[in-house]
Amino acid sequence: MNAGQPRKIEDCIYEIPRTGAMRVPAYIFADSHLLRDMDSKVVEQLSNVASLPGIVKAAMAMPDAHWGYGFPIGGVAAFDPGEGGVISVGGVGYDISCGVRSMALGIDRKEILPYLDQLIQELFSEIPAGVGSTGKLRLSMEELDDVLRGGAVWAVERGYGEPEDLQFIEEQGRLEGADPARVSYRAKERQLKQVGTLGSGNHYLEIQYVEEIFDHEAAQAFGLEKEAVVISIHCGSRALGHQIGTDYIQILGKAAAKYKIPIRERELVCAPINSPEGKDYYMAMACGVNCALANRQVLMHLVRKSLKRVLSHTDCRLIYDVSHNTCKKERHRVNGKQKTLYVHRKGATRAFGPGHSELPDVYRKVGQPLFIGGTMGTCSFVLAGTRSGEDLAWSSACHGAGRSMSRRQALKRWKGKSVINSLKSKGIIIKTASMRGAAEEAPEAYKDVKRVVDVTHRAGLARKVALVRPMAVIKG
Amino acid sequence: MGQEGMEKLRGAGWETFDHVADIGVRGIGLTVEEAFENGAKALFSIMVEDLSEVIPRETVPVSCSSYDLTGLFVAWLNELIGVADIREMVFREFTVQINNVSLKGTAKGQRWDQGNISRGIEVKGATFTKAIVEKSNGFYVAQCVVDV
Repeated sequence: MNAGQPRKIEDCIYEIPRTGAMRVPAYIFADSHLLRDMDSKVVEQLSNVASLPGIVKAAMAMPDAHWGYGFPIGGVAAFDPGEGGVISVGGVGYDISCGVRSMALGIDRKEILPYLDQLIQELFSEIPAGVGSTGKLRLSMEELDDVLRGGAVWAVERGYGEPEDLQFIEEQGRLEGADPARVSYRAKERQLKQVGTLGSGNHYLEIQYVEEIFDHEAAQAFGLEKEAVVISIHCGSRALGHQIGTDYIQILGKAAAKYKIPIRERELVCAPINSPEGKDYYMAMACGVNCALANRQVLMHLVRKSLKRVLSHTDCRLIYDVSHNTCKKERHRVNGKQKTLYVHRKGATRAFGPGHSELPDVYRKVGQPLFIGGTMGTCSFVLAGTRSGEDLAWSSACHGAGRSMSRRQALKRWKGKSVINSLKSKGIIIKTASMRGAAEEAPEAYKDVKRVVDVTHRAGLARKVALVRPMAVIKG
Repeated sequence: MGQEGMEKLRGAGWETFDHVADIGVRGIGLTVEEAFENGAKALFSIMVEDLSEVIPRETVPVSCSSYDLTGLFVAWLNELIGVADIREMVFREFTVQINNVSLKGTAKGQRWDQGNISRGIEVKGATFTKAIVEKSNGFYVAQCVVDV
């Protein structure tokens, strides 16, 4: 469809006015630089999302938005089930609940440096990473159903972690409403050996240190101080999530036709939230979320095991676990009234502000922690949710840097070995299952995460808390 | 794609193409079946450094169906990804027979643990983005973007 051009309405907020089939306007959170670099597909896809039934207020794109599958990556949209609102596969994405979990080690950079080589090697041996790798857990179909129902709660009950970890995970480690009967046998079969694996592509494990603190109160609440060492894991629901997406593209494709919902892009297929197909997808997607939460919980357990062998005196405290690709039932204020909405965040992070009842007591005063991954050669950020984010974007913020160069172009430009050597000269150790993967993930192939985070901060979506630098990285 | 590009591509029968965050795969052939077979080679070329390193020791039957040819190509690639995942294999050679919008085929390859294959990156699934099956300049082309 021909969407209108974005026009600036406030600092870091652009509006695409409602035209044609759009039921609501669309907002892009960006500065002129980020907007210029966004491909035109973002505007087109946002306008398509704004045309879906039951959308509330606006379709939105975060500062790291780019062309996605149906929704733009970085897309946020809330739907009201009482107004015929829909649930969409494209609004969640294929890697359901892909996210970041960060842990504080309770030691500083100087203390870890003598052990860094040994620790990253130990972690690389312990954590299965890369294409074709399988986890150490061997689950039966019945046990996998327990994973899909129980999420991180299942993992903790099985001894992979501590009960106190759960309060530092969205939904306390388990999204309600998951029904494994809504997930295909193929999806489960693919996942049987993949619980506790890192995956590949842009998934990573990083040992980082805090270089700079911007918000001392929030940093203190998160247990972060300058030079403190943090380990972050970025991964998702592995094969199960993708198979759920693949299966439900077909199911919701038929449903969209049945309910006469015009679809402009195949991956935008959707069904009314209250329809049998829509309910089935939500229950299957919740299984995907729980699978990802369990996966990251098991991975943290493997990190703790490795730490015990190398640095037995360290702590490994979960700071928080955030998910990027989800649709969640949340209470939000609409025209002065509290309503239950289905908030889709595709490549966007939930960012509850101070005072939110969902947050653990220790974070309630400062807001939810968010982890924004940069690249293996530059930096990442810790942010905190804001009160203004609730009104701006249903408490949502960016999720990463976003690529500036395609994987294919990166592969033509760099060799994996030279990328690793170049980072080594900067003091960053890279362990990878794939030289090709290292080349594709070259830091120069990504946008400037600092600009994305600065715009997120200026727009009021979330506020900067700390900057962390990578010291050692595992790439799948 | 122009005639010149098509002739160039005809040599290998497959290629990958640019997408902002992921990768596109494209197969070409004198028949739609050949285009599907070559599209599968493009897919597995992402998962290894060098597809010729993969030894076609084991043959696996693969079948799928969809509601149109484009959907069938996406379903074919997704079926291969699923079968490869479950069997812990990587594939190199393919055969395809298409009857309307149903496909029966084979994939030949090896298990990851049978030899030291240099690994590429995991493909999580095939998508409908830039998905096309068409006849162009005398050749069939089958393509889509895959999520990595």
